[in-house]
Amino acid sequence: MRPARLTVVATSVVAALTVVTGCSEKSDKGDDAIRVAASDSACDVSKTEFPAGKVQIDVENKGSKVTEVYVLFPDARIVTERENIGPGTKASITAEIKAGDYEIVCKPGMKGDGIAKKVKATGAQAGGEKRSPEADAAVAAYRAYVVAQAEETLPKAQAFADAVKAGDVEAAKKAYAPSRIGWERTEPVAESFGDIDPKVDVREDGLEAGQDPAKDWTGWHRLEKSLWADNKIDDNDKKLADTLIADLTDWQKKVGQAEITPTSIANGAKELLDEVATGKVTGEEERYSHTDLVDFKANVEGAQKAYELLKPIAEKNDPELSKQLDTQFAALNTLLDKYRADKTSYEFTSYDKVGETERKELSDGVNALAEPLSKLAAAVAK
Amino acid sequence: MTESDAASGQPQQDGGNPAAAPGAAPSRRAVLGWGGAGLALGAAAAGGAAAAFGGGTDMVSASAAGAAVPFHGEHQAGIASAVQDRLHFAAFDVKTKDRAELVKLLKEWTAAARLMTAGLPVGDVYEGLPEAPPTDTGEALGLKASRLTLTVGFGPGLFAKDRFGLEGRRPEALVDLELFPGDNLDPARSGGDLCVQACADDPQVAVHAIRQLARIGFGRVAVRWSQLGFGKTSSTTPDEQTPRNMMGFKDGTRNISGTDRAALDKHVWVGAGDGSDWLTGGSYLVARRIRMNIETWDRTPLQEQEDIFGRDKGEGAPVGKSKERDEPFLKAMKPEAHVRLAHPDSNSGATILRRGYSFTDGTDGLGRLDAGLFFLAYQRDVRKGFVPIQRNLAKSDVLNEYIQHVGSAVFAVPPGVRDKDDWWGRTLFA
Repeated sequence: MRPARLTVVATSVVAALTVVTGCSEKSDKGDDAIRVAASDSACDVSKTEFPAGKVQIDVENKGSKVTEVYVLFPDARIVTERENIGPGTKASITAEIKAGDYEIVCKPGMKGDGIAKKVKATGAQAGGEKRSPEADAAVAAYRAYVVAQAEETLPKAQAFADAVKAGDVEAAKKAYAPSRIGWERTEPVAESFGDIDPKVDVREDGLEAGQDPAKDWTGWHRLEKSLWADNKIDDNDKKLADTLIADLTDWQKKVGQAEITPTSIANGAKELLDEVATGKVTGEEERYSHTDLVDFKANVEGAQKAYELLKPIAEKNDPELSKQLDTQFAALNTLLDKYRADKTSYEFTSYDKVGETERKELSDGVNALAEPLSKLAAAVAK
Repeated sequence: MTESDAASGQPQQDGGNPAAAPGAAPSRRAVLGWGGAGLALGAAAAGGAAAAFGGGTDMVSASAAGAAVPFHGEHQAGIASAVQDRLHFAAFDVKTKDRAELVKLLKEWTAAARLMTAGLPVGDVYEGLPEAPPTDTGEALGLKASRLTLTVGFGPGLFAKDRFGLEGRRPEALVDLELFPGDNLDPARSGGDLCVQACADDPQVAVHAIRQLARIGFGRVAVRWSQLGFGKTSSTTPDEQTPRNMMGFKDGTRNISGTDRAALDKHVWVGAGDGSDWLTGGSYLVARRIRMNIETWDRTPLQEQEDIFGRDKGEGAPVGKSKERDEPFLKAMKPEAHVRLAHPDSNSGATILRRGYSFTDGTDGLGRLDAGLFFLAYQRDVRKGFVPIQRNLAKSDVLNEYIQHVGSAVFAVPPGVRDKDDWWGRTLFA
């Protein structure tokens, strides 16, 4: 964890559009509204083209499951959404939508990819630059990855929290590192929601002036200290386990709305390597549990995923760079494999057992990858 | 080569036309003001310097503060060149297994060195893409060339079997140094496949240079160790004062002068018949980190200090003589005096060009100054230079009570980069 950066900007405020949702709002456009008939297996949209501007969407859930409806940008970023539309109920959504291509998505049961319909807001294209289809594809795929990581993390974090709450030190120790993998893979996006990272992933020395470690320190590393340094779980730790789950749930809800661009994906990949270079290679991140290599691997995996999604663009703009990155990702992964017996498991050598020479070798490997990776953003921005 | 106009002339004013005055002092900022065209001109200026001067034994004097030392020449600059005030020395491990990658790196390093020694950045500093990290890290922006020299050497590891196909090209004179009595070598401060010696009058210029080369090298090489030095301890310019070492003594008086071509050819430059053609015009470098027991030295009586060195502390005159430059009379000194044991006459004529620097890396955990001499010596054959001298010193030198060798490395130093198409190591790899 470290102070939030500005590379990825959360869309809690998106200047480009104002979203007003509410059932009570009356349509002043009458039949201009787009009617969405959502069922358990269909998402019927009354019109697929409409004028840009203030748009009203009237949703009726004709199915048997609770549903939700999204309007998404081509890169899968959320324009507006409406959750918890119960069977047989109606809801209406109003949003200011600029000219361009969108998708309306119904998610019966509120999970999975849902059922998507392509729509178009017609009118003069707003000033913003239009991205290439491959850039949009990369962004959409990365967004899906980030969302999936958050979704996969929650049950693992819950298992960790349950063990803490049961007072089972050994089980909690076992569940600790696996519960962090999804977070570590996508940390730069999580950090873009400035308030979550300091709650779940701060280290004691990362607290701000005036914060009291006894009261204000929350999250994984607080529990890490209890488990490994104190080797016991107290009542406060049990409360902190619940807080961790609440904060991670908040992250999981928000993560789909992060503003993601090809450049921010690339810079995020570089930042993951920065994390490795400053926190993991030194053994600072997991100073009590010494599970640094698990985080290290997760950071590299997240960076590699980002790179692979951008590779079609990078390969075209800077083939030499792409070649270097392929080589260095492979080299670093090979190096990391030396520290686990089973190449499919996340059981890595405890970092306090990794000697100075090996740490230097790991550091050299990180530098070898991070340097070309720092050039990826420029390669995709070309 | 002889002294050039640039060497004896006045330093250029900041903002001077870099293309018009090669060898003078183009300011990094002034050149940047030209934008891309400025960079191109700057590169041309560096090339022009070579055409104009064409040698590596230039003596750009300290009075030409900020001046540029020509990069191109028969020999690498930074050996016979007038010794600058500051040092950043780095040893690298080669990480790539690919010979072509290594060659590419040496070419990229050469191009960067050509620019930096001319006082130019290696690329964009603040005028590049906003999404990309700047190519040059920028801390030398606005600083003058500061007589920066960059000197590259190849360590024994490069010639290892099944590595880069160079096993047959290792010079016989590039010996693995034996462990001398008293050595306490730290592997983390010893050895290396490549080295770069950066010398400049401004420490920021020297540090900047190593930093750029390390950055260019990531993935292909990794810094193994590096050493900063802050005060020259020997000079290659006999008309200048010999600087003192951390013990307060002048210990670099009788050195090879950078203008003494005969002595350089005899003792420093590898000759055409010496056995390794690729190294003709090159040299060998021995680097030793010599820690001094500063506190115990400081408690040593003056007479004993002077007896140990064989020179007086004030003038630096040899025992029984009155002036520093007076010819030492060895028999007047104690048999174990440092100057006597190190003198060519005590070592069958073995003569080396010393170019060391004092260092102080703060204090150790016991509150003692972590200081000493970062010894750098160039010679035509390590077996006839450093080795016999050090055998003699390690065996008998009374100074050993106050010093310990803690780091060691040896390198073959290729000949100079001839012109703008040439590159470091071409004669070895091409």
